[in-house]
Amino acid sequence: MTPVLEVKNLSTHFMTRRGILKAVDDVSFTVGEREIVGLVGESGSGKSITGFSILGLVDPPGRVVAGQILFNGDDLLKMPPAAMRTIRGKRIAMIFQDPMMTLNPVLSVGTQMIETVQAHDSVSRAEARQRSRDALGLVGIPSPEERLDSYPHQFSGGMRQRVAIAIALLHRPDLIIADEPTTALDVTIQSQILFEIKRLAGEFGMALIWISHDLGVVAALADRIMVMYAGRVVEAGQVDGVLTEPRHPYTSGLLSAVPAAVPRGEPLRPIPGFAPSPLSRPSGCAFRDRCARATEICATEPMLEIAAGREFRCFHPHVGRAA
Amino acid sequence: MSMPLIEAVDVSRRFSRKLDYAEKIANLFGAGLEEKTVHAVDEVNLAVYPGEVVGLVGESGCGKSTLGRVMAGIMPASGGEVRWQGKPLISLQGAEKRNMRLSAQMIFQDPMSTLNPRKRVIDLIGEAPKVHGIAKGRQMRDYVASLAERVGLDASYLDRYPHQFSGGQRQRIGIARALAVKPKLLVCDESVAALDVSIQAQILNLFMDLKREFGLTYLFISHDLGVVKHICDRVVVMYLGRVVESATPDELFGNPKHPYTQALIRELPTVADRRRTFTPIKGEIPSPLHPPTGCHFHPRCPKAFDRCRIERPVLKENAAGHVSACHRNDLAANETTNATAEPAI
Repeated sequence: MTPVLEVKNLSTHFMTRRGILKAVDDVSFTVGEREIVGLVGESGSGKSITGFSILGLVDPPGRVVAGQILFNGDDLLKMPPAAMRTIRGKRIAMIFQDPMMTLNPVLSVGTQMIETVQAHDSVSRAEARQRSRDALGLVGIPSPEERLDSYPHQFSGGMRQRVAIAIALLHRPDLIIADEPTTALDVTIQSQILFEIKRLAGEFGMALIWISHDLGVVAALADRIMVMYAGRVVEAGQVDGVLTEPRHPYTSGLLSAVPAAVPRGEPLRPIPGFAPSPLSRPSGCAFRDRCARATEICATEPMLEIAAGREFRCFHPHVGRAA
Repeated sequence: MSMPLIEAVDVSRRFSRKLDYAEKIANLFGAGLEEKTVHAVDEVNLAVYPGEVVGLVGESGCGKSTLGRVMAGIMPASGGEVRWQGKPLISLQGAEKRNMRLSAQMIFQDPMSTLNPRKRVIDLIGEAPKVHGIAKGRQMRDYVASLAERVGLDASYLDRYPHQFSGGQRQRIGIARALAVKPKLLVCDESVAALDVSIQAQILNLFMDLKREFGLTYLFISHDLGVVKHICDRVVVMYLGRVVESATPDELFGNPKHPYTQALIRELPTVADRRRTFTPIKGEIPSPLHPPTGCHFHPRCPKAFDRCRIERPVLKENAAGHVSACHRNDLAANETTNATAEPAI
């Protein structure tokens, strides 16, 4: 399988007054054709910045300082801005957490969608409108013809997210990057969106990077999962493997911190401490201060181990099933 | 059972928008405009007994936060009454009223917006005990330090400002502030929703430790069923201003009766299930400005029949301590000739 996206040793740093903030640090991964990859981590782990880096959306003081991002073989980082614009929104689309921030409140949904179509394809307004209407219908918005003339505030949160998905689908991209798209939604609405996304990704053969802090959602949706901690991918592999037999202590810590992991009423098993400040990360393994398995060797950088489709960065990986 | 610590009796809370001048003038010409009213909470009965942890769950706009605020006494009810240890809140006067206010404290979702950014931790936590004479003068620092340590904050941080803390630590400040006036009841409104999983577990453990140590009672408002299932003794499900089901977590999650509860539980993605397909219930949560007639859930309910569109279902007991408001209960009752008892929640 040829990968749609191949990220090699990506590092995105922010040059702040208080020092260099390594938001993404030496991250490598691939996304295969029609593959759904879940990118999980807690706040500040660098999962969103990874998504932004792929699309060239990192603003100063942030900068991609190293690495390659190969999209269908072409390095996006070496691409001139004009060429990048033909890819962004057309071949790679993005869906954000809060659709109210991505939709223009003073333009009707139809105007914004027609604009998106015409930005990449020279088609008539009528045809662009037709395509916009079809896209709205596709994501399950009732009476799409009338809704084209509605403004974002006239939609509910779930419907707005459907509009954002419809816009992402307008050009049938090869890859969609979705950054916490259901986090702000209620359970019953989240379920509807997940249902639609799964159906559409399958129907159009799109690859998907699903960024989320919710392991439950990723478990239900993704084929492969990557766990990020403090700017690094600490573990990656097939969803079933990673969730049933986590190798990295952080992954197993996350899994046992959820309420469902212990019998009702018993104390939960949180990961002790809190994530290190991205400005002053400990040397070596960034997790070692919170890790029960840490020894002296963890002060040195753990190398990425790759075995049987699993990747992890740890000197003392768990072996066998989760505790 | 003993007397409830706090009890809502037929509590309603309505929000209406008054007509503006233009609309009043338009009405003089016969436009017939009416005030728009949202029934955020619609005749809800809820009793919380001492030492109990009651979870209040539902989706956005279901009225769970409003009910929490009404019960905590920071928002008046528009109908019905809230009783504190058997006495109606509105009848309380003077010292009694002040004591009730201190005994019911709230902890909110976003600690950053509830902590004054210009105050130091010692003043944030210490202000209320100072005003109410719980700790004075030189004792104050020790008192605040002991509270801070109890909630897992280093006492050396007392002179820092809220922005110097992480989200989890800020939530601990909020908890210490609530504890500072020696409350009996904590109303936690989405108190762990904004926290990462590993930090969320720390705060939930803290809540449970505090419960044992100080004999606290909790009204725990959350949209997160996993959290509620874990820490609550009883779970109350709300939909569009009304209670639709109430039971112990084992009953509610093992044997949900209301179609809405069933959908909520079924659609919650968990790591354990690793369910690969979704069977969402259709439709949106209706606007509380124009709630559907009869059972509020009927437009989305896969099992709705004619009666659901006309008649509001009342809460009926399905099993001991398990009540739900669904007309299908009567169908089931007729089939099994089970007598339905008076609702008691």
